[in-house]
Amino acid sequence: MHELSIALGIVKIAEDERQKAKAQKVDRIELEIGALSGVELGSFEFVWPMAVKDTALEKAIYEVDYVKGKAECLECGQAYPIENLFDSCPTCKGYFKDIVSGKELRVKALEVS
Amino acid sequence: MCSTCGCSDSGGEVKITLPGEKSDNHHHGHGHHHEHTHHDHHHHSHEKTILEIEQDILSNNDLLAQRNRGYFEAKNITAINLVSSPGSGKTSLLEATLRDLKAEIKFSVIEGDQQTANDADRIDALKIPVVQVNTGKGCHLDSDMVYKAFKKMELKDDSVLMIENVGNLVCPAMFDLGEQYRVVIISTTEGDDKPMKYPDMFDNSAICIINKIDLLPYVSFDVEKAKDYARRINPNLTFFELSATTGEGMDAWYSWLKQTISSNNYKDLKKA
Repeated sequence: MHELSIALGIVKIAEDERQKAKAQKVDRIELEIGALSGVELGSFEFVWPMAVKDTALEKAIYEVDYVKGKAECLECGQAYPIENLFDSCPTCKGYFKDIVSGKELRVKALEVS
Repeated sequence: MCSTCGCSDSGGEVKITLPGEKSDNHHHGHGHHHEHTHHDHHHHSHEKTILEIEQDILSNNDLLAQRNRGYFEAKNITAINLVSSPGSGKTSLLEATLRDLKAEIKFSVIEGDQQTANDADRIDALKIPVVQVNTGKGCHLDSDMVYKAFKKMELKDDSVLMIENVGNLVCPAMFDLGEQYRVVIISTTEGDDKPMKYPDMFDNSAICIINKIDLLPYVSFDVEKAKDYARRINPNLTFFELSATTGEGMDAWYSWLKQTISSNNYKDLKKA
């Protein structure tokens, strides 16, 4: 359940930013989570209430911008969507690839008051 | 709940201990203080502000990992992160490696487990410097735990630091510890489709060890299939097939280790 570590990491980042902005609470938090980031959204939703309990994020609404996986084949240059890290290139069937997107794990923005 | 390690009751805290040391200290993984920020009423502002921060969630871990990496580099220490599911033979492989190479290579070990100092005791019996990290409820080591653990030891220059991660093929994949090489171990008593089921761990590793090959006549594990699956995720993987129990195939692993240390130019094989 590394999603708890991830959620606690988010709380830490948001708390630091809130304090820097001298705000009282976080009302909304915008996250970016990639399909290949290793974070299971269901687990994340499950641990979120525990991670924010007794923090300035307790009542915050969180929004997840889910980023789909995209790869570029290193053999033929074809760009293609991927769901799994082991997906091969649909054109040349090669497995050498560059992950272009889907690894994101980021706090994009906060709304504080 | 503690806002760092998630501990809310006993047994959940991170403990870092030397063999024989009483483990009553509570180290919080990320060097924070318990600040009761919700009692801070000094700055009343009721207007809403949007902060565009664009910060990577793992940036704190990654930053500390890079600090560890710099420390290892300065002391010419080769740090190896051993990852696998529980029961694949990580500790047995480590014991055999230490026993056979300790005359030639200076080793030190960090053992990660949720509970008990059993593994550190096994390493300590070989007279190798070791620190046990008990992650409590945590399912993986992070860079700060590793930092605190090696600060408890005097790491020697030109040595090898073996970090045995918590037995888990999922969570440790996301946490860079500052190692130079990540080594994933699977064993023939597991399914040969493990790489497909847990791709992240194979994606981030430089080496894949297939352990317990002495049991191949008794199990349905197909070595070539497992390697093919793993290569689909990471075509750059180097494989070693061996048995830590019988010693079969260990020579190739030892040669790699010795060659790596002697030619240590800090070429980082990990993918960014």
